[in-house]
Amino acid sequence: MIAEPENLIIVPRRHFGRIVGAAVVCLALAAIVRAFAVGQIEWNYVAEFLTVQAILTGLVNTIVMAILAMLLGITLGVVFAVMRLSANPVLSKTAIGYIWFFRAVPALLQLLLWFNLALVFPTIGIPGLFSFKTVDVMTPFVAALLGLGIQQGAFTAEVVRAGLLSVDNGQYEAAQTLGMTRLKLLRRIIMPQAMRVIVPPIGNEFIGMVKLTSLASVIQFAEILHSAQNIYYANSRVIELLIVAAIWYIVVVTVLSLIQGRIEAYYARGVAAPAQR
Amino acid sequence: MTETLPQATFPKVRTIDADHLAGAPLVLAQKVEKHFGHLKVLKGIDLAIPKGEVLCIIGPSGSGKSTFLRCINQLERIDGGALWVSGERVGYHRDGNRLYELDDAAIARQRRSIGMVFQRFNLFPHLTALQNIIEGPVQVLSEPVAEATARALALLERVGLADKRDAYPSQLSGGQQQRVAIARSLAMRPELLLFDEPTSALDPELVSEVLKVMRDLAETGMTMICVTHELGFAREVGHRVAFMDQGQIVELGDPRSVLVDPREARTRAFINAVRH
Repeated sequence: MIAEPENLIIVPRRHFGRIVGAAVVCLALAAIVRAFAVGQIEWNYVAEFLTVQAILTGLVNTIVMAILAMLLGITLGVVFAVMRLSANPVLSKTAIGYIWFFRAVPALLQLLLWFNLALVFPTIGIPGLFSFKTVDVMTPFVAALLGLGIQQGAFTAEVVRAGLLSVDNGQYEAAQTLGMTRLKLLRRIIMPQAMRVIVPPIGNEFIGMVKLTSLASVIQFAEILHSAQNIYYANSRVIELLIVAAIWYIVVVTVLSLIQGRIEAYYARGVAAPAQR
Repeated sequence: MTETLPQATFPKVRTIDADHLAGAPLVLAQKVEKHFGHLKVLKGIDLAIPKGEVLCIIGPSGSGKSTFLRCINQLERIDGGALWVSGERVGYHRDGNRLYELDDAAIARQRRSIGMVFQRFNLFPHLTALQNIIEGPVQVLSEPVAEATARALALLERVGLADKRDAYPSQLSGGQQQRVAIARSLAMRPELLLFDEPTSALDPELVSEVLKVMRDLAETGMTMICVTHELGFAREVGHRVAFMDQGQIVELGDPRSVLVDPREARTRAFINAVRH
């Protein structure tokens, strides 16, 4: 027999552990902030150089390079993923070889290889038709684009392949039954579904690419880190300019994360059931 | 692609018009074989299906009935014998005494006139019910979107789902998904519909809504081959019933004779087991 309900007051449990934990973390954060505040950083220089012309040009170059290298990477990735899944052994083995080589060699080393291509091939072109001096063609921009894009393609190929394999075999069969040819089937039915699996890691890789472009500073491509370095070589405000570059990287990556969320929501339609209209 | 069909003789079946028997069969199978490695899944299937017939194929799992269905629209390649649909050899082009394998585009073209309904529906999850239905007509038959949409809406009406045009497959019950899948096949204006255990993945209470759509379809004169475990449906709707076991057609004939009074012991054992 349960007694009549009385008007009892519930006393919430005290989470002493949480309070202690929060205190420790707050203390640590405060210490870090204080360290940077009293450290040898002249924050007015950071504010001053955040928007100078050279930095903004470097920022634009970083964004443009990241987008172009990523487009090249995604294009190559889709092509090589489809090749790798092809029934043609020459195509699939070639794709495996490409992925193997360009994943194995460090990105920085690849950039240096492309930039110094003139040492191997002084001229490039089709014999009898046209020919260029390699040093003229292989500018820092071209070398960075090829180096970053081609190695990105190797990683993206694996991401795309995982996406294609994630789509149920019944989808291929249903599309074939409608009379779709292989290319149309991939484009209309398989890829849109694979995108749900592909987009999150590609977004991740895109963010990685934004930061990877900083490697191109080594081959004199005028991206943001290179611009920052040029300035601090002149005025010795090393930390201040590195912070300027870091702030811009954080801004770009934050914007990209927001865009990624939107794209993911688009490709998740039909799966995470949207509210009935 | 003009090729004289081998002579086919149809059994005398009273439930189907004599007219249907006069012309060439819509589907003709001769000694069709299929192997998976050393396993012989089909051991010489001979079958002639006239236009307008509803043929139900029953049999234990692993008997090859789904495989035979999948051979007809080339989801599986046959390893022996020959198949014709609408007088056209499936998968090959004959020139003299040589058979040339068809290319991707030609195979896709042959599949257009054959609809298939799968056990697991296989609706496209990224498209709404309406988009699922117009996908084939618009992308494959190059039909204008407006026209395809109008036909799709009529088909949705026909399968009783007019209010679900904008629902994604994940928002539909199994029975509703299967009815959309049937509408999707019909949108291609097929000459032949293949059903691969269309109700086996459904909750029991949803089976009848799908069977009703199939029954209505049979009444319109659609040629249908149904692999099914629904013996009641086979008896009421089928013009003929085939019992398959171990890669062979063991018994073929009038539904009542096969299902009620089978000649073969294996058929009788199967039917008793299904009825428990």
